[in-house]
Amino acid sequence: MKGISSKAAAAPYLIWMAVFIVVPLIMVAYFAFTDESGAFTLDNLANVAQYSNIFIRSIWLAAISTVICLVIAYPLSYMLSGMKAHTQSTMLMIVMLPMWMNFLLRTYAWMAILGNNGLLNTLLGFFGLGPYKLLNTQGAVVLGMVYNYIPFMILPIYSVMVKIDKSVIEAARDLGCNSVNVLFRVILPLSFPGVASGITMVFVPAISTFIISRMLGGGGNLLVGDLIEMQFLGNSYNPNLGAAISFVLMVILLLIMTIMNQFGEDDTENDRVLM
Amino acid sequence: MTDKFKKAFSLMTVFMLMLTGCAASEDTAALEEEEEEIQTLTVADEEYYKQLQGQNITLNVYNWGEYIAMGEDEGTLNVNEEFYNLTGIKVNYSTYATNEELYAKLKGGGASYDIIIPSDYMISRMISEDMLCELDFENIPNFSYIMDNFRAPEYDTENKYSVPYLWGTVGIIYDSTMIDIPAEDIGWDILWNEDYADQILMFDNPRDAFAIAELRLGYSLNTCDEKQLKDAAELLKEQKSVVQAYVMDEIFDKMGAGDALIAPYYAGDALTIMEDNDALNFVVPDSGTNLFVDAVCIPSCVKNKLAAEMYINFLCEPDIAYANTWYVGYSTPNSRAYEKLDEDIINDGISYPDDNYLSENCETYSNLTEEANRTMQDLWTDMKSTDKTTPNKWIVPLFMALCIAASIAILIARHIKRKKDIF
Repeated sequence: MKGISSKAAAAPYLIWMAVFIVVPLIMVAYFAFTDESGAFTLDNLANVAQYSNIFIRSIWLAAISTVICLVIAYPLSYMLSGMKAHTQSTMLMIVMLPMWMNFLLRTYAWMAILGNNGLLNTLLGFFGLGPYKLLNTQGAVVLGMVYNYIPFMILPIYSVMVKIDKSVIEAARDLGCNSVNVLFRVILPLSFPGVASGITMVFVPAISTFIISRMLGGGGNLLVGDLIEMQFLGNSYNPNLGAAISFVLMVILLLIMTIMNQFGEDDTENDRVLM
Repeated sequence: MTDKFKKAFSLMTVFMLMLTGCAASEDTAALEEEEEEIQTLTVADEEYYKQLQGQNITLNVYNWGEYIAMGEDEGTLNVNEEFYNLTGIKVNYSTYATNEELYAKLKGGGASYDIIIPSDYMISRMISEDMLCELDFENIPNFSYIMDNFRAPEYDTENKYSVPYLWGTVGIIYDSTMIDIPAEDIGWDILWNEDYADQILMFDNPRDAFAIAELRLGYSLNTCDEKQLKDAAELLKEQKSVVQAYVMDEIFDKMGAGDALIAPYYAGDALTIMEDNDALNFVVPDSGTNLFVDAVCIPSCVKNKLAAEMYINFLCEPDIAYANTWYVGYSTPNSRAYEKLDEDIINDGISYPDDNYLSENCETYSNLTEEANRTMQDLWTDMKSTDKTTPNKWIVPLFMALCIAASIAILIARHIKRKKDIF
């Protein structure tokens, strides 16, 4: 009985998934392997090779952003999980607060802050420094990615950390672990599922973003997202090539995620979030 | 082309400048009220517009953003509303940002429009791909107001598919307080000038960017020759080191806020930004430039062709054409609307360059061959993606190899641990 009712309850999403996720994926694959007339071809995929430096740059910048997010988010989540329940919810709200504002607007604000006559350079000017070139650099793109995606790193790590039983840590200390050992041999392995899903949730949107690189990168630092956008709305209208690039990106992500899964595989598999 | 948006941003910019303690007093002073404008509508042949009354027709119009008079200012005309009042035909109005977006929408199917307003080169591309309807000029008597030099243009040589709507030129907008070169000496080469490195903005679309390089090289803007395109791409690559950013509409706020000193820009938009910022100046280089024309067309997916032609005729009504050019700031090809313009606008040297310059030094885009289009696109992507700071190409393979090695190591370690646990 229970099985039937839960199936019925899941039906709306299953239909949604079939129509808006599976079918579009098939269409992407179809376009990637056909030419304008609809005949089978591998040319599109072969043509993707010439953009390998764009792929490399995207992976590189997304990886840097993910690492920075992790380095910032991990200690913060640890600190958060140790706080009083009341403080925790307030702090969490502050973490989430920027996400209540429109994504474009947040990124646009960085343009005003980093510009040659922007807030930061004006401020530095008072001390006789600069102006420095901050906007339209790869650094600005990374900053935009970190700023926009860091909540996606904090939340999963935090939600795993609050679940760690304090008595486990006490037991470790009781058995003679020092702080360093507690961190590396108890907390880190237990929080790993959160870290893994945090990395996924930051890396995947960061690698395919196009608006951040357009607004903060000055258009001279093309990322894969920009390249795909150009094929659909840009001057070079070529949906087949665009689909092929998306397809290659998906395969690369799949590979990276498989590797990530290797790290996360543990006895606590059921605790893992998202993957 | 998004004037309202831009005005809002320039206001925001002014606010920001005040916050950061810069001198913003000049800017605010420039925001004085515009003189009162009173526009009325009289049409020559009212009967013509009554033909389809009471049939409950809706016309789908697809135009550039902020590219039609909306009657927002007191005393000005709202074109779509006036059209409804006169004909009883409802206008369903929507907007796009680039020619390519329009093309993609129509090509992808599913969208149905009765009126579109693409630019020159896109019109010839659409004609060659059978995407436009031939117009019946019997139904567009007001075509007679279109100036002779805008008839039978290069992009529609027999003038069968399009009626010019607005036009303009591309020039250079620059901060005259920071650049000591006299206006008459400014040419396209200033966009390559290393003295202003990192203060230069450039168009972020291949057609316009290549055109500037081709103007510098003295090539035709419509060249399909591969070698010439490569030369232009080489020049654009050279320029990359001095360019601050590749942008389109952002030119407006970046120039307005003083974030950059020099940028190529469209004349009509440049005039709007100069109203708010005295330091800026605009020149159209003597050596020549691109003249662009946006023209009204009917796509082949049209539902009611007569209603669409009626709308085109309405746009050519002198009062309506005047209201549009007044609001948008671009130049009008309509001779009767031109006569209504203020002397200042006609003589500002920007909106209406003399005929000799227009015919001798300006070139309009026409469609490139498919091959040339592809070459240009490839060269453009190549130019935009080359970068000295791109990390070594071995980084990703190395990174992946490391990941795989690490994961194998973990697997082995776990395997050994499990064995230990069992015993």
